[in-house]
Amino acid sequence: MLEIKNLHASVNGNEILNGINLNVKAGEVHAIMGPNGSGKSTLAQLLAGRDTYSVSQGGVTYEGKDLLDMDPEERAREGLFLAFQYPVEIPGVSNTYFLKAALNAIRKHKGLEELDAVEFLQLVKQRMKLVDMDETLLNRPVNEGFSGGEKKRNEIFHMAVLEPKLAILDETDSGLDIDALRIVADGVNKLRRRDNAIIVVTHYQRLLNYIVPDFVHVLVDGRIVKSGGKELALQLEEKGYDWVKDEAGKAAVQA
Amino acid sequence: MSTEPNTIEELADREYKWGFITDIEAETAPKGLNEDIIRFISVKKNEPEWLLEWRLKAYRHWLTMEEPRWPNVRYDAIDYQDMIYYSAPKQKKRPKSLDEVDPELLRTYEKLGISLQEQERLTGVAVDAVFDSVSVATTFKEKLQELGIIFCSFSEAVQNHPELVRKYLGSVVPSNDNFFAALNSAVFSDGSFCYIPKGVRCPMELSTYFRINAADTGQFERTLIVAEEDSYVSYLEGCTAPMRDNNQLHAAVVELIAAGDNAQIKYSTVQNWYPGDKEGRGGIYNFVTKRGKCAGKGSKISWTQVETGSAITWKYPSVLLQGDNSVGEFYSVAVVNNYQQADTGTKMIHLGKNTKSTIVSKGISAGHGNNSYRGLVDIKRGATKSRNFSQCDSLLLGDKCGAHTFPYIEVKNTSSKVEHEASTSKIGEDQIFYCKQRGLSTEDAVNLIVNGFCKEVFRELPMEFAVEAQKLLGVSLEGSVG
Repeated sequence: MLEIKNLHASVNGNEILNGINLNVKAGEVHAIMGPNGSGKSTLAQLLAGRDTYSVSQGGVTYEGKDLLDMDPEERAREGLFLAFQYPVEIPGVSNTYFLKAALNAIRKHKGLEELDAVEFLQLVKQRMKLVDMDETLLNRPVNEGFSGGEKKRNEIFHMAVLEPKLAILDETDSGLDIDALRIVADGVNKLRRRDNAIIVVTHYQRLLNYIVPDFVHVLVDGRIVKSGGKELALQLEEKGYDWVKDEAGKAAVQA
Repeated sequence: MSTEPNTIEELADREYKWGFITDIEAETAPKGLNEDIIRFISVKKNEPEWLLEWRLKAYRHWLTMEEPRWPNVRYDAIDYQDMIYYSAPKQKKRPKSLDEVDPELLRTYEKLGISLQEQERLTGVAVDAVFDSVSVATTFKEKLQELGIIFCSFSEAVQNHPELVRKYLGSVVPSNDNFFAALNSAVFSDGSFCYIPKGVRCPMELSTYFRINAADTGQFERTLIVAEEDSYVSYLEGCTAPMRDNNQLHAAVVELIAAGDNAQIKYSTVQNWYPGDKEGRGGIYNFVTKRGKCAGKGSKISWTQVETGSAITWKYPSVLLQGDNSVGEFYSVAVVNNYQQADTGTKMIHLGKNTKSTIVSKGISAGHGNNSYRGLVDIKRGATKSRNFSQCDSLLLGDKCGAHTFPYIEVKNTSSKVEHEASTSKIGEDQIFYCKQRGLSTEDAVNLIVNGFCKEVFRELPMEFAVEAQKLLGVSLEGSVG
């Protein structure tokens, strides 16, 4: 589904990604972990189409297409979804109105008929249950006045309605208390299917107790220095990132 | 890559959608302005002597006045002798029904999506269409007549209800009020007149579509609305104009009089005149005087405006709160793009006790546009326990545009309360990216964000107008985030 090859990217001349290689297949859940400033969020945003980064080398293929050649909205319509680390407020635009416009833009792109208000409301009511969303959040302006937890929950609610093929969750656990974390993770788990994939970007291991990944990758200084199964996350929790950093350092010296 | 416009620059390149010219023979006065021209207009309109005298008095006063220089707008000097002050489509007799109206004219309206037949049949809106200077079709008149409501062109009112016109004309905006009002008083050609008798609630939205058509014709409408005790009326004014190279002056005067106790007038405007091209060439100069008087106790006047067009907009729909417990409201969205300039706001003059006013102004600046809010809240000594709430928000799209706020507040007693809130924000790349990540195009993202910003004003508009206003905003906001 997603193939990242030797990806190098920079902001204002500062190299942030130094040759990322990653393969994600349908049905898989990948976790990308790493210390602050390792390039996790850059990777997530770059995949979604944020244009503040310039790619100097390498490339990304998504469903057989050159992802970097697609506009952000085209990527979204083709099924790529980013749950934002910092969801954005849009004053005066109700959450449902926004989501209906988004869903219909995606449906139109797929050649499907747009949903009318009644059909959309039925869908929304059903998906709300997945993340235990408070109904009042539907009619409030997008993210405006939402608590940190409500914002994150709202992101997963968007995901539940839009049903992406590839979802990238950027630090969705940050700012969530343990109950909210469980609800959000439960929602994500219910959305796991054989034909979609999820990339979970996180600093901490705790989210991975609930969303159990098939693969864990450790990102340090813009490079994946270690990959493994779900047990790798536990090792990291125990030993900290310095452990992989040291190992990576040694490997680099030997090379 | 998608084929939709990706950058705001591409959106900016779209042409003015309503630009076309209708080919109708006009009966036109020679260029220039003098007493003879005013007499020509008055004769053409078969006016009584007192009205001619009123015009001439205004003209003589106008000659002594100077064009205002204080607005925060810039334009080349206007040559008032290089303009045509009267132009009417040639028609042998006034049409009694739409069938008698020039089909070419009807086609023009259809292009604008405001076919009279459709409006008449589907929406129940009575339309008094002003095409250039003469009303060509008035609908639903009989229905209104049954209720004693008078809704007709200004010229007809002069012929059929001279006593009402004489009583109220200039009673809120005196003919010497300001430079442009004086000019209008001297040369006004037509407009609308509306009278709601005591105890009557007008059952439909009254609507007028203005359209400037003949080249180099300044249009000077005059609108007068009078509401008696316990009456209510909602009036809609909507405008589109064809594309032109020369600047056209538009100096209208609108007077609202909530004459009796508890009378209510709601006046809504969607203004979409030609704003000029991307380089700022052409476009309408919209120098308008709009004022209402709440004379009755507990009366209410509410202005809602969506200003997206014109090269320059200079207007301050105001309310004189004379009756005790009267209420004045002003809701405004003003959009400037490319080289458009707007200096707009309101004046709330509190004279009566316990009077209340609300001001909500949303200014949107894009391209090289310059947007100023200018507002006065004046609470006089006798207006005890009065209240005002003002909120002025500005949204900037791009980094070459400007937003300015000039609030003036004067309170002459100690029991009144005034609140003022203001904010300026820039449309965020973050917001646009968020929308795009959910599948929306840049264009839809900008429309969504801007419409959200204007929501408090749009919800004051009558339903059918709100939809039109949202569409207009999309068309007007060509050019924005850099």
